[in-house]
Amino acid sequence: MSGVKLTGVRKTYPNGAEAIRGVDMDIQSGEMIVFVGPSGCGKSTLLRMVAGLEGISDGEISIGDRVINKVSPSERDVAMVFQNYALYPHMTVRGNMSYGLKNRKMPKAEIDARVEEAAKMLKIDAYLDRQPNQLSGGQRQRVAMGRAIVREPQVFLFDEPLSNLDAKLRVQMRIEIKKLQRRMNVTSIYVTHDQTEAMTLADRLAVINEGRVEQMGAPMELYTNPRTLFVASFIGAPQINLIPVQFDGTHLVNGGLSLAGFADLPRDTDLVLGVRPDTLSVDAGGQFSVRVDLVEQHGGENLIYGGVTAAKDAEGEELEICLKADKEMLPSIDDSLTLGFDPATAFVFRKDTGERLK
Amino acid sequence: MKRVQFEHSPLPYLFIAPQIIIIVIFFLWPAGQAIYQSFLLEDAFGLSSKFVWFRNYKDTIFSDAWLQAAGFTIVFSTIVTVLSLGLALLLAVKANEVLQGARTYKTLLMWAYAIAPPVAGLMGNLMFNPLVGDMYKFMNAIGFDFDHKLDPWDASFVVILISVWKQVSVNFIFFLSGLQGIPNSVIEAATMDCKSSFRRFWTITFPLLAPTTFFLMVINITYAFFDTFGIIDTTTQGAPGGATNTLVFKVYQDGFRGADIGGSSAQSVVLMLMVLALTVIQFRFIEKKVHY
Repeated sequence: MSGVKLTGVRKTYPNGAEAIRGVDMDIQSGEMIVFVGPSGCGKSTLLRMVAGLEGISDGEISIGDRVINKVSPSERDVAMVFQNYALYPHMTVRGNMSYGLKNRKMPKAEIDARVEEAAKMLKIDAYLDRQPNQLSGGQRQRVAMGRAIVREPQVFLFDEPLSNLDAKLRVQMRIEIKKLQRRMNVTSIYVTHDQTEAMTLADRLAVINEGRVEQMGAPMELYTNPRTLFVASFIGAPQINLIPVQFDGTHLVNGGLSLAGFADLPRDTDLVLGVRPDTLSVDAGGQFSVRVDLVEQHGGENLIYGGVTAAKDAEGEELEICLKADKEMLPSIDDSLTLGFDPATAFVFRKDTGERLK
Repeated sequence: MKRVQFEHSPLPYLFIAPQIIIIVIFFLWPAGQAIYQSFLLEDAFGLSSKFVWFRNYKDTIFSDAWLQAAGFTIVFSTIVTVLSLGLALLLAVKANEVLQGARTYKTLLMWAYAIAPPVAGLMGNLMFNPLVGDMYKFMNAIGFDFDHKLDPWDASFVVILISVWKQVSVNFIFFLSGLQGIPNSVIEAATMDCKSSFRRFWTITFPLLAPTTFFLMVINITYAFFDTFGIIDTTTQGAPGGATNTLVFKVYQDGFRGADIGGSSAQSVVLMLMVLALTVIQFRFIEKKVHY
């Protein structure tokens, strides 16, 4: 197996639009990397550039020691799983899985052996002679995976492979993909916009925004130590509470809201305070109070949404924040709760650049 | 067991009545007439007729002229169908590689469909006119001793060329939309599975185009058999010496020029049976290979 290396990779379309604005990345052999970001951020484009389906305007992509900029997609030794499966509708499952091997002039006995083995592994061996339109969405997804596995490539590429499945199947397939990748130990790049998928699958996560890698690292590192406002707001569900504030030398202030415990921040600058819902707690000695708007019971825990009357959010509306609490905690609507948090676990960002200050 | 009968109003029959009436008047009635006439022998002035059983069939079908026309029709239809499908497919594949969107352009291409076969024939006739025709001059200039008024091969060439030219545009539109209907990701998956674009075309693209190709094949064979009448009528009129007579044109010539209503009717009945057989073959044997 071999790693993948991206050096100064750029993609500029003929009309001048920049999809990828300089990406450097070093993916280790056997690692599972997830590209995550909002739609249109360039994550799929970057994956397709590794696959060879999009040209590379500038920079270099190499697999192992081999630079693949000019290598045709079929000779890059990569296999891809597409969002809509992209099965060949006129071929059986067996035909779909063996097509790539036949074209590589592999002996028939070996093709059969590989197809049988992969089919067993994916539990689709009973459907080998069916056509794709006779299969359910989950089965088609497995066939698409099987088509990639039989190739035994250096790199697996996944382009949002689970987004066409229903929620339950998605979780199940997610676990299977992770197990499979562990067992086969193949370098993988996985694109998704679903941050739960990203957090659970990745060895390392690359948060992509506007064609750049905002931050790359282990999922928990990105969660606990985000480098920018974008990363903090993208990673984590429920989303981090973002409170627009100004620093007056001792406190972070927003209208009547005044929070102590912060120091060494620039004054007269628009800042954003980020507090994760799970670091907030009900605390009689807390720094501010909310009026409860809504309680969501998720079974194991409750999410409590409330308005901070004294403060305004970025749009000038009443500030709404979320708190993760035990399942026993069931306040009534319009109850007033006093909340506190440890300032050490909170983040402070510059509003204009998104840079993290604390 | 008693069958359940639902009460229903006669209104639905009223709705389909116009179509039924059209089919009866313009198809069933003439077809019945043709079958009836094909058993009659009429004098040249149409004043008296005699029932002669299958004599008309025997006289026409075993005549050299009919066999020649049948042979020409088969060769002509095969060449026209294969060439107009093949050329259109080639053009569509090439256009599909460069054409992204450009709806207006595609719609404009459809206009060629609006040209009636006689108009295409008339234009072809002008182009091959020995006095003013550019194509006539061009063919002679590049070294052929070209004269479609005298040479059967040259005459066949002219009618085939015009027939193909008229039909390619229609086929092109259908092929192009068929190609654009193939999901992009399937083509991309194939790109990653197969290096040779030639092999990719025959293993992925062409099978996925099969429904379009089959439809066009049926349409094109019908076109070559029947609709090319207008082209032949405006160019060679079967000349020289019946070398470009198709079966349809011969039916017209014998019936309306030669006033042999019985013989002409017998020929149309045979033609009808041939087309019926051909259609059955197409749907029984070829459609099985089509993956929808």
